[in-house]
Amino acid sequence: MTNETLIPKVGVITDIRKDTPDVKTFRVVGTDGKKLFEHMPGQCAMVSIPGVGECMFSITSSPTNEEYMEFSIKKCGCVTEVLHALEEGAQVTVRGPYGKNFPVEGDFKGKDLLFIAGGIGLAPLRSVINYVRHYRENYGKVVIVYGARSKDDLVDIEEIQTEWMNEPNTEVYLTIDRPQEGWDGHVGFVPSYVKELGLDPNMTAVLCGPPIMIKFTLAGLLELGFDKSRVYTTLELRMKCGVGKCGRCNVGDKFVCKDGPVFRMTELDELPDEY
Amino acid sequence: MKKIAKAKLNELYAKISESMGLFLPIKRAGEVNYAVWGEGKEVSLETLKTVKSPKNAFFPDSENLMKFKTEGKNIEIIDVRKDYKEEKPFVLFGVKACDYKAIEVLDRVFLADPVDSYYQARREATTIVTLACSKPEESCFCKVFGIDATAPCGDVTTWLDENYLYWQANTEKGEALTALVADLLEEGGEESVATQQEATKAILEKLPFSALDLSRFKPENLNDLFNDPAWEEMSEACLGCGTCTFVCPTCQCFDIRDFKTSEGVLRYRCWDSCMYSDFTLMAHGNSRTTQMQRFRQRFMHKLVYYPSQNDGLYSCVGCGRCVNKCPQHLNIVKVIKTLGGKNDD
Repeated sequence: MTNETLIPKVGVITDIRKDTPDVKTFRVVGTDGKKLFEHMPGQCAMVSIPGVGECMFSITSSPTNEEYMEFSIKKCGCVTEVLHALEEGAQVTVRGPYGKNFPVEGDFKGKDLLFIAGGIGLAPLRSVINYVRHYRENYGKVVIVYGARSKDDLVDIEEIQTEWMNEPNTEVYLTIDRPQEGWDGHVGFVPSYVKELGLDPNMTAVLCGPPIMIKFTLAGLLELGFDKSRVYTTLELRMKCGVGKCGRCNVGDKFVCKDGPVFRMTELDELPDEY
Repeated sequence: MKKIAKAKLNELYAKISESMGLFLPIKRAGEVNYAVWGEGKEVSLETLKTVKSPKNAFFPDSENLMKFKTEGKNIEIIDVRKDYKEEKPFVLFGVKACDYKAIEVLDRVFLADPVDSYYQARREATTIVTLACSKPEESCFCKVFGIDATAPCGDVTTWLDENYLYWQANTEKGEALTALVADLLEEGGEESVATQQEATKAILEKLPFSALDLSRFKPENLNDLFNDPAWEEMSEACLGCGTCTFVCPTCQCFDIRDFKTSEGVLRYRCWDSCMYSDFTLMAHGNSRTTQMQRFRQRFMHKLVYYPSQNDGLYSCVGCGRCVNKCPQHLNIVKVIKTLGGKNDD
């Protein structure tokens, strides 16, 4: 990382995909048409519209994508409102990568992996899932459980159905909160679906989604016999600098931007309950 | 050791100012704060505590980071420092032992990897001249944090008595500054300094907060302290005004914001406070919704979180500014007494 960590690079939005009524995926490259910087799955970047603000987003695309980066962003605040109004060709600023990544080259290697996501929580997991698919031989079985409010809220369902579901040694389970016309899949919340599926507790699990989903899903996994030290999640707190100096994302003796956003559940147990 | 007659201090300031910026305690509108020296300014080295600490010499309360020029869809990023003349070396003069220690606390944040280049540039351009305390007052408790108010470090250490300012260079930068003003300095002063130090130490021993018990503030007690029921009562009166954070020499939290000007968007950073409700506010919620949580965060950070990340170094230097300035008479001393022990009552 250069010394000028607060000074971003200019990024060009080359493609905007509307995934759900409130989630869009933005494809970003540098002004030279090349990828802005390299990252690892789970790492984040600060994206900004000058004059509006700067926010931390997880990098949705896998590092194995050599052409561009993608950010799946839900419209829910000042900056994301304006981002959603942008058109292809618009420029933004990007700096990063920030934070610790999922241990895809460490503890995940050779393991059976369980990915559980709720709603926009799929954004950081997509990066890991596609990384694992790229280096498929390095990992065991992959199980993906993904739920959203309705079928229209499943982010990038096309990739899930056409690619993930056809991947060897990979199981994909989708669920939506309430019955809906045109949906013949599972209906119900993620935590209870996870319990119903009777998953193998020897898998290494990654959870990402709203706090309430994480809380109940984790309880369910523990009931199934999962070991907390093999369950990972990501935290999200307000951030400004991205490098552990502005003080905003401090929880206990950790800074989420620098020491996270990826944490093992056992690490979270040691932190004060304030995230 | 060298010395200079008090009556000649203005000559010293003028000499330094010829080639360097000089930042020292200056009285203005009834308050003493660090400001740039100029002919006719009322310097007050005798003031024990400037209202604000000298931290803004390196970490200004507001500073421009960059500028954005937008033309159609195109964004141009301009590093505003390129508009400025090269950062002139400057001297930070009269820094007390507590405030000097606070610079070490800030260094560990801003100079840690990745280095904050804005802070670093000012830090490297500065020669720090410290000034030993001779009249510590009731709200001082630097001794609790192992600070010797009679012998601060710095590039040059000075002592002031009725007649002289005594001068001792400690570093290469200090030697260079000494050489610059050599014509104004004369030899001597060891005895006077030793006498003053002895007298000051006797006062320090008697200060009411000199024996605060910090033994409970250790990383292993993090969750215990966090969950202590005493936080509710301690924080009840807190207004969330943030005064404590702004006068604190070690508080380093900042905000980054954009400001639209006629020449584009200016991105600046400014001091912020963990005591404010929107400090942690996100689009989807707030991780600290009560003033108790915010109050707790400030003191836990100073006494437990920061030391846990920085080899046990506390992020409080006992300057006592919060003791003097909190409109509700809340302060870190009360927190230490309540949670850490009460053996100095």
